[in-house]
Amino acid sequence: MMKKISARISRRYIRVWQRNLTVYRKTWKISFLPPLLEPLFYILAFGVGLGALVGKVAYHNSEIPYVRFIAPALIAVNIMYNAFFENTFASFVRMYYQKTFDAILATPLTLEEIITGEIVWGATKSVIASFVMIVVISFFGFITYPHGLLIIPLALLGGIAFGSIGMFFTGIVPRIDIFNLPIFLFITPMFLFSGTFFPIENLPFWAQKLAFVLPLTHLVKLTRSFSFGVMDFDLLWNVGYLLLFSLVFFPLAIFVMHRRLIK
Amino acid sequence: MQYIIEAEGLKKTFDDFVAVDSISFQVRNGECFGILGPNGAGKTSTVRMIYGFSPLTGGKLKVFGLDITKGFRTIKSRVGVCQQENNLDPDLSVLQNLEVYARYFDISHKKAHRKAKELLKFMALEHREKDKVNELSGGMMRRLVFARALINDPDLLILDEPTTGLDPQSRHQVWERMEELRSMGLSILLTTHYMDEASRLCDRLIIMDHGRILVLDKPNELIREHIGNNIIEVDEPTNELRTYLQSERLAYEDMGHRLIIYSEESSNLFQYISDTYCNEGCILRMATLEDVFLKLTGRDLRE
Repeated sequence: MMKKISARISRRYIRVWQRNLTVYRKTWKISFLPPLLEPLFYILAFGVGLGALVGKVAYHNSEIPYVRFIAPALIAVNIMYNAFFENTFASFVRMYYQKTFDAILATPLTLEEIITGEIVWGATKSVIASFVMIVVISFFGFITYPHGLLIIPLALLGGIAFGSIGMFFTGIVPRIDIFNLPIFLFITPMFLFSGTFFPIENLPFWAQKLAFVLPLTHLVKLTRSFSFGVMDFDLLWNVGYLLLFSLVFFPLAIFVMHRRLIK
Repeated sequence: MQYIIEAEGLKKTFDDFVAVDSISFQVRNGECFGILGPNGAGKTSTVRMIYGFSPLTGGKLKVFGLDITKGFRTIKSRVGVCQQENNLDPDLSVLQNLEVYARYFDISHKKAHRKAKELLKFMALEHREKDKVNELSGGMMRRLVFARALINDPDLLILDEPTTGLDPQSRHQVWERMEELRSMGLSILLTTHYMDEASRLCDRLIIMDHGRILVLDKPNELIREHIGNNIIEVDEPTNELRTYLQSERLAYEDMGHRLIIYSEESSNLFQYISDTYCNEGCILRMATLEDVFLKLTGRDLRE
């Protein structure tokens, strides 16, 4: 299946990406606000509020303030949200209500290129959001340079992973409100249990094992390590997992979209 | 190249439903070719295969002499398509709709901008170029879809029900544009429900039903062959008239409250019938493509 798919993807997918960029540029000022304000809100709430109750957290043989612990996780969560929501709700609207994909299918582009363009666009939004957040969080001195800059290419990989699974759901949901199901069953548990707000080691043993299946766990581990400048070869396993996740869900997304749209 | 489209045993099925049932036809270079048929006849399924949207279930299809399964990229870059639904991009302005669409064909921005401006003028939309698509009227949207189909200077224009739902002014404008394009030598493939549209624009046409081709010819030939020159319509016909028609072996169609009589020789017959048998309305008119269509596909409602 992989070979068949790759034969139908040329550089033309960039045209779909460009289309979304053209639309994005009309509203970019509004799109910039959430990644700009969200870390500020969280750092305020958790640093000043909850952080006072929690105190210090053990991380990598040292004690760190709670707010420093969650700041990199917020970037990871935003990478997930941006790609996943772009390739679910926004892509669904373009596919189902606006018939944008149908219109593009009458041009030299293939469906495979349309889906690739959409997923790469979702990942691009993850990159933009993580960039803005890194800038904001840097003002608090929570990012170690130059390691922290690795978060930018990581955002692309994470974006493709979460965008692919988002697009997979877009290919199978009958109606737009059904997206609440994967959000409730997949996104929200990840948001809470992927080592975002407390170390995974605090979970019972079985739950720890379960958490390692979730892609966000690996993304959080990586953003946190890069933010603190803690580099070791174990991180390659986390990168590998995200890569594998993408390699599974990207062709699956194309498969279900093909089944849905090519009649 | 004599033929721009060559379909041989073209077939499309959806699960058990046969939408297009092994049809064969050729479209000549430079002609306007019509596909007519009631709802569900297989018109849209046929054109969708031709512009590379739907894979074939069976048969062979060549466009510009290229096999559709192998040369789809080249074929699609040389075809302009006006799809049935208005799938304009509501996130973009009128002008951007054309410019962004041009990018899908790898047309440079400078050339796309020039071409877009030109097409907006051609379709009388130049005063709306900055507007959002949703602010346009139905007729304007349709004209914009039409303009978009021309952005790549196509060698073949495919129009799937281009004037459905348009007001008479917009319809006539679209027709005039089509005639202009045809006179410039562009090949056009048109599907439509409107018989006046087909008779006015099509050099040749097919009438389809249940996925099959019923007839293929020039509009006038079809009328002459299947109906004759004229039609006599009689409202509230009497049984005496029916008896007369049967005894004279004249072809007619009986719809209860109305009789439609097909006849070659007409003025004397009309005179006789209207003098002898007409209580209510009784008219003599020219036969049209609609008469052919209804005679061949029946008067039952579809869907």
